[in-house]
Amino acid sequence: MVSLGLGSLGLIAIISLFMGAVVTIQTVAAIDSPLIPLYTVGFATRQSFILELAPTVMCLILSGKIGSNIASEIGTMRISEQIDALEIMGVNSASYLIFPKIIAALFTIPMIIIYSMFLGILGGWIVGAYSNNLTIDEYLYGIRWNFNMFHITYAMIKTLFFAFIITSIPAYHGYFTRGGSLEIGVSSTKSVVYSSISILIINYILTQLLLI
Amino acid sequence: MITVKNINKSFSGNQILHDISINFLRGKTNMIIGASGSGKSVLTKCIVGLHEIDSGLIEYDGRDFTHMNFKERKGIRAEIGMLFQGSALFDSLTVEENVRFPLEMHTDKSKEEILDRVNFCLQRVNLENVNHLHPSELSGGMKKRVGIARAIALKPKYLFCDEPNSGLDPQTSIVIDNLIQEITQEYDITTIVISHDMNSVMEAGDHISFIYQGRKWWEGDRHEILKTDNPELCDFVYASRIMQKFRKL
Ligand SMILES: Nc1ncnc2c1ncn2[C@@H]1O[C@H](COP(=O)(O)OP(=O)(O)OP(=O)(O)O)[C@@H](O)[C@H]1O
Ligand SMILES: [Mg+2]
Repeated sequence: MVSLGLGSLGLIAIISLFMGAVVTIQTVAAIDSPLIPLYTVGFATRQSFILELAPTVMCLILSGKIGSNIASEIGTMRISEQIDALEIMGVNSASYLIFPKIIAALFTIPMIIIYSMFLGILGGWIVGAYSNNLTIDEYLYGIRWNFNMFHITYAMIKTLFFAFIITSIPAYHGYFTRGGSLEIGVSSTKSVVYSSISILIINYILTQLLLI
Repeated sequence: MITVKNINKSFSGNQILHDISINFLRGKTNMIIGASGSGKSVLTKCIVGLHEIDSGLIEYDGRDFTHMNFKERKGIRAEIGMLFQGSALFDSLTVEENVRFPLEMHTDKSKEEILDRVNFCLQRVNLENVNHLHPSELSGGMKKRVGIARAIALKPKYLFCDEPNSGLDPQTSIVIDNLIQEITQEYDITTIVISHDMNSVMEAGDHISFIYQGRKWWEGDRHEILKTDNPELCDFVYASRIMQKFRKL
């Protein structure tokens, strides 16, 4: 569980807070027409976090952190014959090693993503509190304005797909590692590349299917 | 008895094993010797089914292993103990948990019975007070011995040891050789030991197969091996100076 995300809470917190703050400042800076109300800043931060930054960007970051971890762990077990040892003991090594990781990720990663949404919005709120161009009331009004519960559902559906990708692709590459320690590095790099690309493609397809 | 008939194995076009047939006898320590890279480890992995063979037949006491499905093989594997060349201990588990693992997989003994068995096996390989260490905290030779303890935990009917005494000092090495021999005779099991070491071949080898470039080159017992005039086997047996002196006597 720790290696499957709970160990990433600190990293995700820092990234979310700063990204929330930066998105908020950027939106404030971009609004130069008095016709656009300032509460759109809160709205923009909320929407970008819930729809894209928390689920997709955080999962991309987690795919680097968790994915390389899984690939190298299972890859090491392969080249040091630990997987052979499991097989000899009559254990179905693939399901024994991979299945629990996928299940655990399907539980922990959505929680991390919700946590990231809150912190991102909190980051914007802190900017609102200390900025002269925006008031907290406007920001708070903005983050509640025109709220659509389905967007959370959409984000969670995406996250479940991503959680599956983040664990299964590295597990596959780790499991089929051949050779020595050099190949573990190769598997772990490959798995991060492939899972990132898969996340981006699945993200596009799901968005097309769910939001339009 | 394990019977291997005409097995061939290649990896992506590169043939490693050529038409090997050997009978591994019950109650005997069957040694496989040969130079590095000759295919000894691949041969044992084929026998236990970690590599699928291209052609040939493998039988465990008359039971055709080659054509079994996963479930049927699992039944046979519960009777196999295996020590890997690199020990293959589970990194994330302690010594005790490693030895306990096969017992928990295949028996429904109580916790106390399992612990007794674990301690008994660790004692047999001269390891005490290491139960709670992780493999990374052990020396290479200690890992080998834990590997042996894990292999014998289930009282296997078939015991495979890939270089059980590489990396051990001469004394411990003899202890391990004797242990393997004792277990083999005591429980009347079929033991296959891969070795480079002529000392342990002379110490423990009841039946010896010499593998040369993926082929079974010679077969016999430890008395015959000293009288052999097979040139490749002579090169292997008399590679060390001590053995050369021994030959002159
Ligand atoms: N999984 C594999 N894929 C491809 N080739 C392999 C594989 N395993 C072994 N080989 C090749 O098979 C040959 C025999 O290897 P094997 O490990 O059986 O040697 P060995 O006799 O056990 O040597 P050593 O005494 O050094 O352990 C080697 O040339 C090796 O490169
Ligand atoms: Mg070998």
